[in-house]
Amino acid sequence: MSVCTKNKTQKYTDAQLQAMAMEFRIKVLDMLHAVGSGHWGGSASVAELLTVLYFDQMNINPDMPADPQRDRLILSKGHAAPMLYTVLARCGFFPESELDTLREVDSRLQGHPCMNKLPGVDMSTGALGHGISIGLGMALSAAADKPYQTYVIVGEGCLNEGSSWEAIMAAGKFKPSNLTLMIDYNKVQLDGYSQDIMPLDPLPEKFAAFNWNVAPRVFDGHSVKDVRESLSWAQQQECGPKVIVYQTRKGKGVESMEDSNKWHGAPVDDNTYALARPELEATMNKWKEINEN
Amino acid sequence: MKTSIERVALRDAFGKALVNIGAEDARLRVLDADVSGSTKTCMFNEKYPDRFYNVGVAEGNLADIAAGMATCGLRPVISAFSLFLSLKATDQIRNVICYNKLPVIIAGGYGGLSDSFDGASHQSLVDIAIMRALPEMIVLAPASACEIEPALREALKLDKPVFIRLGRNPVPDLPELGENFQIGKGKILCGGTDVTIVSCGLMSSIALEAVENLANRGVSAELLHFASIKPLDATMLLSSAQKTGAVVTVEEHTVLGGLGGAVAEVLGCNYPVPLELIGVQDCFTESGPYDVLLNKYGLSVDKIVDKVKAVIARKK
Repeated sequence: MSVCTKNKTQKYTDAQLQAMAMEFRIKVLDMLHAVGSGHWGGSASVAELLTVLYFDQMNINPDMPADPQRDRLILSKGHAAPMLYTVLARCGFFPESELDTLREVDSRLQGHPCMNKLPGVDMSTGALGHGISIGLGMALSAAADKPYQTYVIVGEGCLNEGSSWEAIMAAGKFKPSNLTLMIDYNKVQLDGYSQDIMPLDPLPEKFAAFNWNVAPRVFDGHSVKDVRESLSWAQQQECGPKVIVYQTRKGKGVESMEDSNKWHGAPVDDNTYALARPELEATMNKWKEINEN
Repeated sequence: MKTSIERVALRDAFGKALVNIGAEDARLRVLDADVSGSTKTCMFNEKYPDRFYNVGVAEGNLADIAAGMATCGLRPVISAFSLFLSLKATDQIRNVICYNKLPVIIAGGYGGLSDSFDGASHQSLVDIAIMRALPEMIVLAPASACEIEPALREALKLDKPVFIRLGRNPVPDLPELGENFQIGKGKILCGGTDVTIVSCGLMSSIALEAVENLANRGVSAELLHFASIKPLDATMLLSSAQKTGAVVTVEEHTVLGGLGGAVAEVLGCNYPVPLELIGVQDCFTESGPYDVLLNKYGLSVDKIVDKVKAVIARKK
């Protein structure tokens, strides 16, 4: 039984999961620096969301990645693939050594996730705006007596796509109770601030108008405690789709790379890498100390 | 066309087939985009409302919801107007259904000119070209109502996406086509030695008339009905072309990239012979009665006869 299954054999403290999320950031930074491409900003933005999902919430078994009863995760913002890969590898879906093949020819770790290549990936993504529709289809497929949870993570880019709003409208009609939408709302996109590119506010009100259950407040997407609390709220909703807006920071963890569209997809150069890695390590060590105390 | 042949609309056969298959296959789900009364998936909804989803006029959402279902072991059939599936759901069909090799059946209603009075905005003359270009996609264009249920049953045996093109209006039913339907296999509707005619969809019925007309003029035409455009029965095509030395393709579709394109690719690479393509030229069409439009845009017995004469004249 893996550490990643529900009824976890290992229960993690908040501080442990915070430290793990930082460790995953370090690995992602290493990978992106080595390959010279990939998306740091969006990957760092979802570190805690994915860590809490896979190590605290989701019913999954890396030994049976296609288990029909497993919970599903769709990373609709597929450019955050490096963070997903790092989390999946730690869960045990594939060897962690394989992470170093990211974006290489013949690698199972494509630039954007491919479900038919890599165990643990529940849906291929890349083109934005697909995740909510697909998640709706997955949620509606669960037998009434054997429900599984379907989680979808989107960013601003996905919510710019009209297809997302078709899906949001449809989820309000079909009302699956096992669909949770998690919005990684860092408010920065490739070209700049989302407020300038395509304003999305007010998000909670929009979803309420589409007949979704809307989380009672905006949660801190970098606080494990907050993410746990938000998902606990989601579990308590008995009817209809659920949406949680998370306040996050693009590039979270390296101050000079945070909140900037430059780090949407720019290669991690040597100088940036040399400065960023110690900063991430220091934060990780801080969380480890907190946990030990 | 002969009046003695029964005429049945492919959409009616489709609606009945879904009900029949739904009785046997609990995995079947049918999704429509607010055109179920037109595409006849309403028949499935009436019988199995718990397995039917109307997502409104949102073809992209339609395709992706089905994709999600397909990953969970269900067998979804999505139904809408063929042009709008081809244009509005292309991203979903390509990037989600085909890329992940998901067993979704994409039923393109009102194919070709069959939505005749609605005009160019609704007439679907590019669907085969678009679907054919997508990796993993199977492309079917049956001619006859009796092919529909066998085609759906064959499609459901595969773990792959399948596009099946349907039509709105009653068309001649050719019972022999319903026997032993196989994806990737053509059918010889008539043997001949002077020229090969390759057709799909409704045009196979019209080509059959043309073959009789040609026979009266002393021309022996072999007629191949290719309901399966991808994969194409290259073996049957090449064997016939080697015998006759000339080929004419006939389709209710643009001459760019459809059946004619597929045949040209096989012949060009393997056994080049004089080839003529019959289809709608590279233009927008218009409103009008179906039969009038078919004639105006060159999808007629006369056109086939003319092109056969032309291609035979090119034989060395």
